[in-house]
Amino acid sequence: MASFTRGFTGRGHRERDPRLPPGQYDAKDDWPVLNAEVTPSLPTDSWTFSIEGLVERPRTWTWDEAHALAPSTYDGAIHCVTTWSKFDMTFTGVSVDTLLEAAGPLGSASHVLALCHTGYTTNLPLADVTGGKAWIAWEVDGGPLPIEHGGPARLLVPHLYFWKSAKWVSGLRLLDHDEPGFWERNGYHDRGDPWLEQRYQGD
Amino acid sequence: MSDAPPQISPWQTARVIDIRIETARAKTFRLALSRPAPHRAGQHVVVRLTAPDGYRAMRSYSVASPPDDTDEIELTVERLDDGEVSGFLHDGVELGDELEVRGPIGGFFVWEGDSPAVLVAGGSGLVPLMAMVRFARAIDRPDLVRLAVSVRSPADLLYADELVDPGITIAYTREAPPTSERPVGRLTTTDLAPLLLPGATAYVCGSAGFADATSRLLVELGVPVDHIRIERFGPSAPAGA
Repeated sequence: MASFTRGFTGRGHRERDPRLPPGQYDAKDDWPVLNAEVTPSLPTDSWTFSIEGLVERPRTWTWDEAHALAPSTYDGAIHCVTTWSKFDMTFTGVSVDTLLEAAGPLGSASHVLALCHTGYTTNLPLADVTGGKAWIAWEVDGGPLPIEHGGPARLLVPHLYFWKSAKWVSGLRLLDHDEPGFWERNGYHDRGDPWLEQRYQGD
Repeated sequence: MSDAPPQISPWQTARVIDIRIETARAKTFRLALSRPAPHRAGQHVVVRLTAPDGYRAMRSYSVASPPDDTDEIELTVERLDDGEVSGFLHDGVELGDELEVRGPIGGFFVWEGDSPAVLVAGGSGLVPLMAMVRFARAIDRPDLVRLAVSVRSPADLLYADELVDPGITIAYTREAPPTSERPVGRLTTTDLAPLLLPGATAYVCGSAGFADATSRLLVELGVPVDHIRIERFGPSAPAGA
């Protein structure tokens, strides 16, 4: 196999931003929209978020109830498996820790399946959505999260590839095993760590 | 319990065995794979470029050729403004060059050739849908697919010589050929209504704006949202968040 591509030198990478994981580029002002389903319309007065499965107290929050919880903010980068990254994003919502605390995960819970109002799903180890690493976000850069970016609220797990940050999230189901979600059944990685380039099953 | 997810083949080398100019901004590269990697209509592959100092850039491209028994695939690549990978493929790649590719990838935006499909393309979103049209023709089931394409002008239309079938709807949004009976303008429900085969799954591919506008038209025409599959492209690739 050729060790490099004849004639290709790349450009601008000698000043490559150390915040960029391998194989990623800085999308700067672009924020591509790449969902595979019809963009839904979800009024906040009927929006709900639930935690179900292996918990002591299954819980459902309305929009107002979720907003009454302690707010939490993430400042930093996001990384899409299609190779774009964006820096200096600010998302506000509620920490998944706060929601899980109210529901009380059982000791047997090891994974979560994120569920969405569109039927989209994605799977994550429980450890990747606890310890201040995940949010239900409804604001970005000071304004309401636009519908095309998952508004009114999306899951935000910014240390993993962004397909894990499910748009239009409706809940988390706690499980004692890993259960592949929508893209994961279609060949994408079960964990999706951008620093390990876990793009596809087998990486 | 679901089946184990498919493993994606590791990187392999592919040799460029043909380059065709499709439009002023699009070229088709025919690649001979070093290892068989059968694809399904609608899937994509990732192309990876590596510089001598180890720097790499990769992007996903839809396969334009239908599933077949050759170990060759065709990728149609539109040159993006400021596109690092598409620009190199257009300007730097010659016959006989080797490229690293990985795939095929994608199991949702796929047509298996056994059910009715309504295909709606915006611009270079035609590429994966053309794999489906070509597949339908190859298996002698052209009756299963209907196609509508939206492009700015005749000069922007990919695969024009394969799109002369009167059953194919072409919407020119800026400039139409003199022979066109349809007025210039975006796709409407009037364009799409005649294409809706009963029970069909709709495959929509184009920019995010095109995909949203088109899916709204399909919903308005009564297509259930779970019968609409969308592939949006941003500056890079299909799939993802």
